[in-house]
Parts: sequence; structure tokens; C-alpha cells
Amino acid sequence: MTLIQKGSGLGQWSAERKAEATGQKVATMRVWRGDATGGRFEEFQVPYEDGEVVLDILHRIQATQASDLAVRWNCKAGKCGSCSAEVNGKPRLTCMTRMSIFESGDPITVNPLRTFPVIKDLVTDVSFNYEVAAKIRPLKPVAPAGDDGHHRMFQEDVNRGQEFRKCIECFLCQNVCHVIRDHEENKQHFAGPRFFIRMAELDMHPLDTEPNRAERAQDDFGLGYCNITKCCTDVCPEHIHITDNGIIPMKERAMSAKYDPIPWIIRKIRRR
Amino acid sequence: MIDHETHTYDVVVIGAGGAGMRAAIEASGNGAKTALVCKSLLGKAHTVMAEGGIAAAMGNVYPQDNWKVHFRDTMRGGKFLNNWRMAQLHAQEAPERVWELEDWGALFDRTADGKISQRDFGGHRYARLAHVGDRSGLEMIRTLQQHAVGEGQIDVFMECTLVELLLDDSGAVCGAFGYWRPTGDFISFACKAVVMATGGIGRAWKVTSNSWEYSGDGHAMALRAGAELIDMEFIQFHPTGMVWPPSIRGALVTESVRGDGGILTNKFGDRFMFNYVPDLFRKETAETEEEADLWYKDHSAARRTPDLLPRDEVARAINAEVKAGRGSPHGGVYLDVSSRLSADVIKRRLPSMYHQFLELADVDITKEPMEIAPTCHYTMGGIRVDAETEATTIPGLFACGESAGGMHGANRLGGNSLSDLLVFGKRAGEHAAQYAAGKAGAPTIPETQVTDATREVLAPFERVDGENPYTVLNDMQEMLHNLVGIIRIEAELKEALERFVELKERAGKVRVIGTRAYNPGWNTAIDLRNMLMVAEGCTKAALARRESRGGHTREDFPVTDPEFAKINHAVRYENGEVTITPTPLPQMPDDLRQIVEENPE
Ligand SMILES: Cc1cc2nc3c(=O)[nH]c(=O)nc-3n(C[C@H](O)[C@H](O)[C@H](O)COP(=O)(O)OP(=O)(O)OC[C@H]3O[C@@H](n4cnc5c(N)ncnc54)[C@H](O)[C@@H]3O)c2cc1C
Ligand code: SF4
Ligand code: SF4
Ligand code: FES
Repeated sequence: MTLIQKGSGLGQWSAERKAEATGQKVATMRVWRGDATGGRFEEFQVPYEDGEVVLDILHRIQATQASDLAVRWNCKAGKCGSCSAEVNGKPRLTCMTRMSIFESGDPITVNPLRTFPVIKDLVTDVSFNYEVAAKIRPLKPVAPAGDDGHHRMFQEDVNRGQEFRKCIECFLCQNVCHVIRDHEENKQHFAGPRFFIRMAELDMHPLDTEPNRAERAQDDFGLGYCNITKCCTDVCPEHIHITDNGIIPMKERAMSAKYDPIPWIIRKIRRR
Repeated sequence: MIDHETHTYDVVVIGAGGAGMRAAIEASGNGAKTALVCKSLLGKAHTVMAEGGIAAAMGNVYPQDNWKVHFRDTMRGGKFLNNWRMAQLHAQEAPERVWELEDWGALFDRTADGKISQRDFGGHRYARLAHVGDRSGLEMIRTLQQHAVGEGQIDVFMECTLVELLLDDSGAVCGAFGYWRPTGDFISFACKAVVMATGGIGRAWKVTSNSWEYSGDGHAMALRAGAELIDMEFIQFHPTGMVWPPSIRGALVTESVRGDGGILTNKFGDRFMFNYVPDLFRKETAETEEEADLWYKDHSAARRTPDLLPRDEVARAINAEVKAGRGSPHGGVYLDVSSRLSADVIKRRLPSMYHQFLELADVDITKEPMEIAPTCHYTMGGIRVDAETEATTIPGLFACGESAGGMHGANRLGGNSLSDLLVFGKRAGEHAAQYAAGKAGAPTIPETQVTDATREVLAPFERVDGENPYTVLNDMQEMLHNLVGIIRIEAELKEALERFVELKERAGKVRVIGTRAYNPGWNTAIDLRNMLMVAEGCTKAALARRESRGGHTREDFPVTDPEFAKINHAVRYENGEVTITPTPLPQMPDDLRQIVEENPE
């Protein structure tokens, strides 16, 4: 059977889409505009529809009022971690922030992440994070255990690592961590929560043979600066238990390893 | 001479999705000094959004699976228009490429005996997709990223958009030119080989799962440099995109929902897919709901559910249901997993779908069905490459990933893209490095080409009046959606060609405000030129293919024509015009033909 039909509901979609830009509701958006030399909030009146998110409104500003408004985005579905900003002072993914959560009529402010230097408008220079990432030694795997030449790992052994690997690198946790938010100078020796869970993941990885991951987190990456305020966990859009499942257990392992290196080795051996 | 920084490399990889990263790892591993360039931050390419998984016949769940079955599924899914050799290499090498990711840190979901778990997907005979819940692309891109960065040999240029390839006197590629997005400053690369891995062109359509990056830059750069594209008439509309709320329309709902047991129904609650089984798949498709449900439990006891036919079939069926007035309130149909799996299982296997619907649409998919409809998703066509080496038709240019053509023929099977990126990314990197090693002398930048390219990209700033580039972009997206969508017809394709004349003229006159620093309006003005050029190629190829096949459906030529099974349409850019030339499709050897035609069981 061959199936051919022309013009489904698809055509109607575009028409609806146009209407939505001239919707009844109007938001007052205060968007920070500027660059490294300084800036200010600019106010825009923007029509919007139910169901829209803050990123839609920013895009509408680009399309109709300020085509040079700088904003990062890719997936528009909370999967890529590009669109981070502070909305009414709270660090958020703008693509997952529904307009309906705001009191209608109240102005909504949007400003760039504060912990990183501004490039332009809502876009910040997050290269610090990429520099830290480059310093972490990658996985050093054991030889495969299976007789087919491939690894064996069990779901219960990978669950915790998988939790940390949900990270979309939105850097919201880095943005709220007071150790670097208020102290630029600490960036020299503090990796930040995003990278503590990366180190924790490798430390717990069933195949990893690189020794002393936890101690190195403590000695080289500033884990000791963290005083477990849990601000990072609170903002994580992936709901990763950064502190409880990542940082705290790693602090404990770093401490016990300092006094007694045997448990680490046993843990690794038992896993295989 | 215009001020621009220059860098010299053996190999420049344009694009840092799965294909580009895998290519860069391989080029660098083969001793080439390698640069990796991307428009967004590292790790944010389309690959990160992939949900379902990576197709590879590892046989972890069904030991009877092997490369031959995967090859057969791929060719049948592609309606026999695939480059057979690419499909063969892909099926043979995908398992090795997936296993390798484990050594680089990937943590896939596991089977009970500790192997990589595999899930069912449309068009795949056996459960075949390596996955991590429904965030498989994130796992893949992060693994490649961490491995590439950890090795420390590759230089990464992020938020850097390349605009033009540079050619030496012999017509071989000798570099590339572009700009830094944060500053707008110009940059050029002198190099011996370029690997194009820029992805697709889905941004040109209105309802799409693709991001702003998918403006067909690689296709257009290659065309202008003299390379050939093939199969551009084949655009995949994924059957299940979100329809409500309007702002999220087009966002993808992964095929894993159906792979894990979800079913499609119309407003009367009928499982309509049973009415749309084409002859090609009839023998291997369940005839009753009971049989389909049994298949989910045991693939050898029953035939597969029609909900998991290849994407082109399902997209057309949904289109027809809606058209016949059996759709949902917002112009789609229903996809239900709530009545099929327990809430716990749904949250574990489809966590990001659960959150996406709950947070963006107020729909709890563990309790109620989703509303879905087709969305523009994937570009089957692309730069023509040699199957073994990924060399294009111009010396020094290689291509892989979604920007390359041939592998998927007229329709791609789900999961076959991520595996394609790994298999052909590796091959492209290896052969680009080899080519570069064999090329004597240091590459130099042809300054006049840089000057010309600079003039072109700066023009929008010089105009005193002209439209906002976004206005032209929206009109183009709407036009393509209405005239070059799922179902095509000659009169509308011709109308589209007339509209291109007008749109190109308007695009050539857009005006941008502000400075060059991080200016999305200016960036869009530059991208528009590429989208228009490539989409015109799609339209012309669609007009020339007077038959229906895979992702290309003609209302006026509703049947598949065996004569068209013998050709690919080559898209070229000659004397300022996008042209179409039919070229012969390489025919497969008899032993492979037998595999493809063999009936299962
Ligand atoms: C929502 C979604 C879900 C999907 N799910 C699956 C799935 O489950 N399984 C599957 O197999 N496939 C899936 N796909 C398809 C698959 O993800 C893509 O086809 C694949 O990731 C493309 O990879 P790539 O490396 O070719 O390109 P991309 O990952 O898109 O990377 C393109 C790169 O090129 C860069 N680039 C583009 N233009 C330029 C330029 N001018 N200058 C410099 N850099 C440039 C971009 O910045 C980016 O880094 C999905 C796609 C989407 C959108
Ligand atoms: S818990 Fe530690 S890492 Fe997290 S925000 Fe507080 S100080 Fe920073
Ligand atoms: S840990 Fe969470 S908050 Fe931090 S970067 Fe990753 S996803 Fe974002
Ligand atoms: S755009 Fe990807 S997370 Fe918001």
C-alpha cells in the first residue's frame, strides 16, 4: 500500500505560530546588555503565550527588537546546558524556565552568570571550566575481564557513576559556589562542584586503575575549600546529588586514604 | 589585506559533534597536527541531544544478531538507495567502535550478565541500540570529549564559525576562513586536509528538532569549493515530535518510547499503524495487537509491532490520520506509554522524556498519553564521499557524520546515526591524516580568497536599510515547511523555486545592527546564504525525483519506480547556479544482494 496525502495539521502549525507572537499577554523583560567594559539593564515589552519559556521571549526580542542580543542556546529542551543565566537573580536554564511561574505583570530580570567574565549581554566566558577539565586525567582502564575480550560491569556498579554523568555542563553549580563566586583568586586552585563529581565518578569507576583520585582532588583541586553549603546541589537542573553522593564520600575517602591506603586498594580489587 | 590571525595545521576538523571529535581523535592519533573547530561551546553539538542510542550488532541481547542482519535492515530501511559499501562497513565496524567507548570511560546501561544492554528501535530486527536511559548522545559526546581533551594533543577552537574553504591553484583544499563569534575577529587556517563534520540543515524548516547550528554550512562550503552533494531530496521527518505547547513544537520524543513498549493511537484509541503496513515489511510485521504485544516479550515468538516500522512509514501514517480527522486536539496523534509500563520503569528508562513533558507541557507521561506529530529531524543527503576513505570529490576535503551522504540512502534508521559518526569519523580522521602526511610543502593562505570572503560577510553592516535577517529566516522556514515538507507535489516545488529567487534577493539585502562581537543577527545573516543554497538543492532534487521513496514522498508520483533505484541526484554549484545531475548508483555484489533480499526465518 502506498500512502499519499497532502496537507495535514502541519500547515496549521505555522499559522498558529504567527499568532503566538502577537498573543494577548505582554511581559516586561529587563535584560542586561553590555560587555566586559560595563553595561545596564534594558527594558523590553514582549508579547507572549501560555506555555512559553524565558528563552522563547529572548528569541522574540532578537527577532523583533534587538537582533544583536547575545544569548547561547542549542537544544531548547534542557539537554545541552548552553542557555544558563540568572532569572530574577536565580541561576536557571532559560529554556526550562516557564513564563507561567512568574507573577503576571511583574518585570522579569535576566542577567548573565556572575561568576564568569561577561563577553556580551547574557554570554559569559566559561573557559575556566574547560581549563579545569583538561587537567583531570582521563580513565585508565583495566584489561577486559570477559572471555570475548570485552569488559564486564554490572548495573549496580555503574549506577552512581551514571548519576554523575547526567551532568550537562550548564555550569550553574560552578556559578553559585561561593568559593569562586566571590573570590576570583580561588579559581587558581579550586576545580568546583562540576569537576568534583567528575573526579568522584572516575574514583568509583569499575574499570579505572589510576591511583589516588580522591587524594588528588583534595591536594591538587581544592576539595578542602568546599564547606558543604550544598548550594551547588540546589541549582543542578539534572538533580544530581553533588554533595551527598559526590563530594562528601570523596572527602571521606581522601581523609581515610591519608591515614590508611589499604581500603582503596581493597575497594578496587573487590569490584572486579 | 584584511587583518586576520592565521594558524597552520596538518588537519582541520570542522565540527565537534560525534563525527568531528572521533575524526580529530583519529587524525591526531595518526600523528597529524590537528585542530577541531566548532560554532558552539565544546560538547554542545547535536550529538548531545541524541536520546535513543547507538546501533551496533554486538549480539548482547539477541546472540543471533550480526553485521549481516544489521546491513540488511539498513538497506531495506534506506529503500536500497544507500551506498552499499558504506552500509556494509558501518554494520561490520560499529560494534568495535562502541566497545572502544567503554575504554574511554562510557558507562552504558548493562545486561544482567554485565554486558552493554541493547534496546529495540524502528526498523532494527533485533534489540540493537547501546544506550544510557534516554541520554545516549550525552554519554557519547562526553566520552569522546573527555578522551580528546585528556590526550591533550588536539587544539580546540570553540565558538568559531568557518565560512569558506580555501583552495590552492590546483583546486585542492589548502585551508579555511571564518570568524570568532565572541569578538567577530577573522581567523584563517592553512592546512593540508579538512574534515567536514558540520551536521545537517534542519534549521531551514519551521517545525524541527534541530538547533540554530544546522544551517548546512558544511554542505554549502563544499558546494562552493566544487564538491558534490547527493540524495539531498531525502529529509527525514521524525514521526514523534512534541506538538504542545507551541514554543516547544518540534522537540523530539525519542523512538525509545515505542522501542520500550509505547503505542500510537488516534483519537478513537485505535492502534492505527496496523492499517499502514507496506508490502516490503508485511512478512515481518505483526498482524494483530496480541502478536505485537507478544513480540515485545519474545522476538522469536512473534513478528515486530508496526509501531516500529521505519520512520518514513510512521510519519506518513500519522500525517494521514490527522488529515482524515482522527487526530488529537493540537493536530497530532497520541503516543502512550502510561498504559504499557509502570511509572517506575518509565522514569528509569525514559527519564528525560518524563521531565521534558512534565516541565514543559504539564503532562505526566506515566499517567497520560503524549500528543505527537512529525518534525524535521535529519538530513540523509550530504557531501559525496568514497566509502573507504571519506574523501570527497575534491582533493584534501573529507566528510563524515550527518554532513556526508550515502550511508543512509532514502531513509535513516534510528540509532544508525550515532554509529555512523563513530565508524566514518574514525575513517575520515585516519585518511585525512594519511593524505596530509603524503603532501609535501607548507600550506599557504590565498589572500585574495580571504579578502573576497571578508567582503561578503561584512556587507550586511554597510547597508543603511534592509530587513532584519530573522524575518527572512522565518519566511524561508515557513515556505519550506509548506512547499517542501513531508508530502511533495510538482506545482508546489516549482512555486518553492520561485520563492527562492525572492528569498535570495532579500537575504542579499539584510541589514544588521550592533558590532561584530557576539552578534546572532549578523551570524544569522551569514548562515542564511548557506541555508538558501542547500535548501534550493533539496528542492531541485525533489522535483527531479518523480517517484516516492523513503523520506521523499510525491503526491503526483505515489509509487516507487525501479528506474530511480539506479540513480543518485548529484547537487553541484556551477557558474553561480545550483544544478542537479543524475549519476549512477553503485550496484552491490551478488552475495550482499542475497543478504538484503533474503526473507527472515
Ligand atoms: C533530538 C535528537 C535526537 C537524536 N537521537 C538520535 C539517536 O538516538 N540515535 C542516533 O543514532 N541519532 C540520533 N539523532 C541524530 C544524531 O544525533 C545526529 O545526526 C548526529 O549527532 C550528528 O552528528 P555530527 O557529528 O554529524 O554533527 P553534530 O553533532 O551536529 O555536530 C556538528 C558540529 O559542527 C559544528 N559546525 C557546524 N557548522 C559549522 C561552521 N560553519 N563552522 C564551525 N563549526 C561548525 C557545530 O558547532 C557542531 O560542533 C538525534 C538528533 C536529534 C536532533
Ligand atoms: S557544597 Fe561545596 S562545592 Fe557545592 S557550592 Fe557549597 S562550597 Fe561549593
Ligand atoms: S553538575 Fe548539575 S549544575 Fe553542575 S554543571 Fe552539571 S548539570 Fe549543571
Ligand atoms: S538550550 Fe540546551 S539546555 Fe537550554
